[in-house]
Amino acid sequence: MHRRNLLKAAAFAPLVVAGRAFAAPAAGSGRLLLVFLRGAYDAANIVAPVGSDFYHEARPTIGLRKPDAADPDAALPLDGDWALHPALKDSIYPLWQAKQIAFVPFAGTDDMSRSHFETQDTIELGQPIASARDFRSGFMARLAGAIGTDRPIAFSDQVPLCFQSSGLSIPNIALTGNLKPAIDPRAAKLIQAMYAGDSALSGSVAEGFATRETVFRSLADEMTQASRGAVTAKGFELSARRIGRLMRDQYNLAFVDVGGWDTHVNQGGAQGYLAGRIGELGRGVAGFAEEIGAEAWRDTTVVVVSEFGRTFRENGDKGTDHGHGSVYWVLGGGVRGRRLAGPQVRIAADTLNQQRDLPVLTDYRAMIGGIVQRQFGLGSDRLDAVFSGTRPASLDLV
Amino acid sequence: MLAAAAGHAAPGPADVALLDRLTWGVDDTGMKDIAARGAARFLDDQLHAPQLALPPQAQRQIDAMRIAREPMAQLVVEADAQNKAANAIVDPDQKKAARDAYNKTMNDLGREAQSRTLLRYLYAPDQLREQMTWFWFNHFNVQAGKRDIRAMVGDYEDQAIRSHALGRFRDLLDATLHHPAMLRYLDNDQNAAGHINENYAREIMELHTMGVGAGYTQKDVQELARILTGVGVDLKPDAPRLRPQWQPLYRRAGLFEFNPARHDFGDKQFLGHTIRGSGFDEVEQALDLLVASPATAHHISSEIAAYFVGDTPPAALVDRMAATFQHSRGDITAVLRTLFRSPEFKASLGKTFKDPVHYAVSAVRLAYAGRTILNTDPLSGWLQRMGEGLFAHEAPDGYPMASSAWSGPGQMETRFEIARSIGGGSAGLFKPRDGAVPEQPAFPQIQNALFFQALQQRLSPATAKVLDQAASPQEWNSLYLSSPEFMRR
Repeated sequence: MHRRNLLKAAAFAPLVVAGRAFAAPAAGSGRLLLVFLRGAYDAANIVAPVGSDFYHEARPTIGLRKPDAADPDAALPLDGDWALHPALKDSIYPLWQAKQIAFVPFAGTDDMSRSHFETQDTIELGQPIASARDFRSGFMARLAGAIGTDRPIAFSDQVPLCFQSSGLSIPNIALTGNLKPAIDPRAAKLIQAMYAGDSALSGSVAEGFATRETVFRSLADEMTQASRGAVTAKGFELSARRIGRLMRDQYNLAFVDVGGWDTHVNQGGAQGYLAGRIGELGRGVAGFAEEIGAEAWRDTTVVVVSEFGRTFRENGDKGTDHGHGSVYWVLGGGVRGRRLAGPQVRIAADTLNQQRDLPVLTDYRAMIGGIVQRQFGLGSDRLDAVFSGTRPASLDLV
Repeated sequence: MLAAAAGHAAPGPADVALLDRLTWGVDDTGMKDIAARGAARFLDDQLHAPQLALPPQAQRQIDAMRIAREPMAQLVVEADAQNKAANAIVDPDQKKAARDAYNKTMNDLGREAQSRTLLRYLYAPDQLREQMTWFWFNHFNVQAGKRDIRAMVGDYEDQAIRSHALGRFRDLLDATLHHPAMLRYLDNDQNAAGHINENYAREIMELHTMGVGAGYTQKDVQELARILTGVGVDLKPDAPRLRPQWQPLYRRAGLFEFNPARHDFGDKQFLGHTIRGSGFDEVEQALDLLVASPATAHHISSEIAAYFVGDTPPAALVDRMAATFQHSRGDITAVLRTLFRSPEFKASLGKTFKDPVHYAVSAVRLAYAGRTILNTDPLSGWLQRMGEGLFAHEAPDGYPMASSAWSGPGQMETRFEIARSIGGGSAGLFKPRDGAVPEQPAFPQIQNALFFQALQQRLSPATAKVLDQAASPQEWNSLYLSSPEFMRR
């Protein structure tokens, strides 16, 4: 707490430009937002290998059609082999054309349990899979420690595993609904006094009051506009836009998760359930980019991950079951985009992992390690504190 | 007055702590009970209590519910007909009105289920059964929001879970497998020969029985999925027309159906055993194998221990509970007895962080001891706000148990806001949904005999000092419900 307050004072005091406080951009500064799609999203229908005949054979009812400018339901061309889900046409596709998003196919973990919960934990902890797990040491929390800056936050109603830490009390706040603090300063002070001697909870209690106040002040404009009847976004898009505003001025390391991706039944193709989810995700991510503003966007990276990919063949219920390799997104103003990064393999029946799903050729620890190393200028010892024993992948993404 | 009843001394701090752990929170009734019988008898009675009647005020509210008056199968079939009729309407305005009416029907059923559950948590005398009902529901989680599960979830909780909450694990597993809510939620109603859907098979092994990493393989998951083909849900009143050789194998119980025409009759290799293709008997054999697995005994015991003892329960305790599970063949009461009589359990009393459900229910029990609330909606809303809404967890793993999952900065702040709502007024808890009786203006009096007798002595000097600074009884209530002592049990 003391270090945090000091940093805040140092950061905000001298840098007031045109009435707005800017966070001090330190050397190697940058921002990272991790978007976690819980439920193992069907990446093969978002960034779809439409150049493969096997794709169309394996997905007779849910598969996307090859790019065709005359067909609004057809996939959007990325390169000769890959195409993007049409629900992302107005949100993510412009970022692709602006070279601000790259996709990393065949990405994932070495966790073969195909269990949502096990593999989500694997990703969030970011520890070598063979070792015993320490559930109070998530990789985002270790990253916050390694960067040495003190502005991490989880935009979720719980502190996610990736931000669990035995050393830091990382704030969390859900960005839905009314964010006005309901506890007045006098009561807050009294409550904090009760927790003064409670080593397990005092940090969390103080952080909770401070975060609510900070977020409320940062978003007060938006709320004023909303109360005047301005049209506001809903659901994930609303949260993502708010995250954009908060990361512009207040926080540099953030997490948000989006559920609802476990599509065993009737997931749909160009239209349908999954298309609805992916459209909302795209609007959210694009809304975040818009809201954070051009200046901050330049040194911001957004990484979109999910715990694993799904079966490559559709199942008997026009859905997909638990698989392995996925496609991750990396986007930001400084991202070297408009490309599919990382090792790839021809997709065919004989190249599937266990005849069922896509192999993992890019390990997520190596991928994120490579990104944060460049983004935050981490030396190898500090990177090793985040992802021990991992060699960062040189995908040249940022 | 509390202490004198049957010659026992007034409950000491250890008795109060035990009461706080075995029930949904300290209240007058519980205090009288433990004072009258002593801790040992109280514990034993809770372990062996039959399902007991609620106080009349609460029971009347339940009796008025649609879910109490109509069988679940009928509710689901009626709702399905309403949905189909709405979808058949051509005129867009009329269609929208009909669809809205359908959604209201479903939401009402889902809300009744929540309300009944909360009334039981608040007022049932068999409190341990109610806690175990929450625990097992979470273990065998379904989410009401999926498809038509809102019409099923009340019955699922009451019949599949509550009836077996202190019984045998094998019966509990069987009851969940036979319930349409589970079969819908994990898509097994779609699992058929040639159209395998692995979802339920995987979660049975990973979450419901053995636990992930227990040594089973992807092949075992696929084989269990084959065994479960044909197990589904049927809303039609009549059995399907079947070939003569399949007719004796057809099974039906309410909406549950085993349809041999959809079953894969090949032999299966499951957990190192050959299961001959024979129909629904295969499922029973598979469940027997799963329940007999030492991994299941260990997995279930460690979850129960985590729920009652808190984060990372001692391994030796879990091992003893698992041994009890195995030699009693999954007798839940026996496993709990091993837990409750352990020194590890006693050492943990008063130190476990309350999850949101426990926090909110215990606050209402304490604040309104002796008065039955007339509207559970505010309580449901608080649970949602704290991220632990009833029947609302989307994924089949259920809500987490670890205190770190519930004690984050944002979550603590939300608790203090809820403490203020409960402490500052009646918060709509006495405002009937039909608007029949005007709300009685009231705020609770937590600083009462119960507080002075049982709770005051547990306060730290810091908390006591702050409470002395309260400017009004409402503020005193809010501060007490915000205190570190009230966050734990």
